[in-house]
Amino acid sequence: MIGNALVLALREIRNNMMRAALTTLGIVIGVGAVIAMVTLGNGATQSVTNTVSSIGKNLLFITPGQRREGGPPGDAPAFQISDADALRREVLSLKHVVPVNQTSVAAVLGNRSHTTTVNGATTEWFDARSWTIVSGRAFNEAEDKTGKSVCVIGETVHHELFGGQDPVGQRIRLGKITCEVVGLLQTKGRNTFGQDQDDYVIMPIRTVQRRLVGNNFAYYIMVEVQNEAGIPEAKKQIAQVLRQRRHLNASQQDNFDVQDLREIGNMLSSITGVLTAFLAAIAAVSLLVGGIGIMNIMLVSVTERTREIGIRLAIGARERDVLLQFLIEAVVLSALGGIVGITLGLLGAAAGTAALGLPFVFQPSIVAIAVLFSAGVGVAFGFFPARRAARMDPIEALRHE
Amino acid sequence: MSSPLIELRGVTKLYGEGEAMVSALAGVDLTIHAHEFVAVMGPSGSGKSTAMNILGCLDTPTAGQYLFQGTDVGTLSRDERAMLRRYHLGFVFQGFNLLKRTTAIENLELPLIYRGMGRKERHKRSSVALAQVGLAERGHHTAAQLSGGQQQRVAIARALVSEPAVVFADEPTGNLDTAMSHEIMSLLRRLNDDRGITIVLVTHEEDIAAYAKRQVRFRDGRIHSDTGAAA
Ligand SMILES: Nc1ncnc2c1ncn2[C@@H]1O[C@H](COP(=O)(O)OP(=O)(O)OP(=O)(O)O)[C@@H](O)[C@H]1O
Ligand SMILES: [Mg+2]
Repeated sequence: MIGNALVLALREIRNNMMRAALTTLGIVIGVGAVIAMVTLGNGATQSVTNTVSSIGKNLLFITPGQRREGGPPGDAPAFQISDADALRREVLSLKHVVPVNQTSVAAVLGNRSHTTTVNGATTEWFDARSWTIVSGRAFNEAEDKTGKSVCVIGETVHHELFGGQDPVGQRIRLGKITCEVVGLLQTKGRNTFGQDQDDYVIMPIRTVQRRLVGNNFAYYIMVEVQNEAGIPEAKKQIAQVLRQRRHLNASQQDNFDVQDLREIGNMLSSITGVLTAFLAAIAAVSLLVGGIGIMNIMLVSVTERTREIGIRLAIGARERDVLLQFLIEAVVLSALGGIVGITLGLLGAAAGTAALGLPFVFQPSIVAIAVLFSAGVGVAFGFFPARRAARMDPIEALRHE
Repeated sequence: MSSPLIELRGVTKLYGEGEAMVSALAGVDLTIHAHEFVAVMGPSGSGKSTAMNILGCLDTPTAGQYLFQGTDVGTLSRDERAMLRRYHLGFVFQGFNLLKRTTAIENLELPLIYRGMGRKERHKRSSVALAQVGLAERGHHTAAQLSGGQQQRVAIARALVSEPAVVFADEPTGNLDTAMSHEIMSLLRRLNDDRGITIVLVTHEEDIAAYAKRQVRFRDGRIHSDTGAAA
């Protein structure tokens, strides 16, 4: 019986290619759009997570001034290396404390020049950012303390100045000073926002302060807390130490800000969450459009199909023979549309994520949902009118207008 | 004597409601035995098609009984009536009722598929039936690509292909020229003579009706005359 119904269903599909193609197209649109959109959204979310976790674990960023409204304006005093030293001394749960000064200069080697960002930091910077050195070494504590003119360069700087050559031991010019390249950083590529993470030069902070920018500031202090559980307590202690050092009395607000990387991550995630929701909404609309398309085809062909069913009944088909045939037709078209839709959706998502530089995150559940929905529409609007017709007297179905 | 093949007892059929109610059949009693060849005649609107549809188990009467081989069809389930159509009845519609976008051969195969016949056998039988109505070369044309007369012949072939016990044909020669009409009638006559298939057909033409062995005339939903009313 199934074999016969299969023959009948396939013949009906073959003899009504246009109808079959339009039904399938509806499913393809719905399934394809949903998969493409949701995969893109997931890729964006994943990318943000990757970016945040690539910065380091359990990091806090302490900046002068206040993010929150109502805080003092941008005239809060800057930090100094002594602030970092105080934190290291007094907050015992901190693993690394890194004061950072930053400037932008032209790096020059021979006739090659490349404008880049110089990070003045301490040697702990490499550990805190869990950033490995692929060639040479990091600068050491002695070089830190004495402010020697040594530097570690990122891959972009390496490429721009040296091409393929080993930079270690070479001297480059940074603005008005020269420095010796002692190490090369591992490449990290671009982050979610398209920022090149390899376009940096890292130097001892004292060298940058004295010889490049001419101040004794730390624009921000980066600290790594021993473990995640200790973060809230560490934040409290950091605030205490800094309030004391900055002579704030009880009535005054903090004139500095301690940002938790997780908070930044959460904020970004909520943005990508909105993005994902937006994409999902577009996808839902596509699903609906596809569904309405299928519905339309089915409803338009109800008269024709009712008469077809009348003929089949007159010739000796039972209700169940007709229903089985229609079910198989719906399943075959849904499967076909599903497969094509999944393929196109994944290809589209692959192209989209590649173009946007996002990771490709496959979510099987959304494929299932999209296929089930489209197939459901196909079955509902193909099967139920068929069942109505198959329950009529043959002559009634044949007379259907 | 065994029970008759077909027996209508006081069959009525009403269409519509209230003022617009039409009585298509107003109490028809008709008995047909196996191997008979009956021509049904009568003016347009006299209820011939309505009676044929009921006989073919395509429609149900408003009142009265239809006995097929002694069984009251009214007591059968829908599936049982479908099985009756599948294995015992063949029907030629006044309006053909072929699957339009399906080829002639596949239209003929349809009743055989429902009978569960294998691919080779049903293809062979369909080809033979198609040749019998003179359309051997048109097997792969879809119904929509055939002329009215050709479609009618495919419809006849479809009723014959499963070699049912009874064939009901509603004006089977209505769209055919004289030569083809007589060819089809000879075919039906042979099936009746040689294989004993019972045939009931509707026609407006006396010379077509003459192929039958018995003539039943309808008027206003009743049987007006019957040349061979069974005893
Ligand atoms: N579906 C229907 N709804 C309402 N009235 C109908 C319906 N079918 C038939 N009738 C009416 O029933 C009567 C008998 O119709 P029927 O089709 O049986 O006539 P007929 O003898 O086959 O005529 P013809 O020779 O023109 O085919 C007619 O008056 C017709 O108008
Ligand atoms: Mg008629």
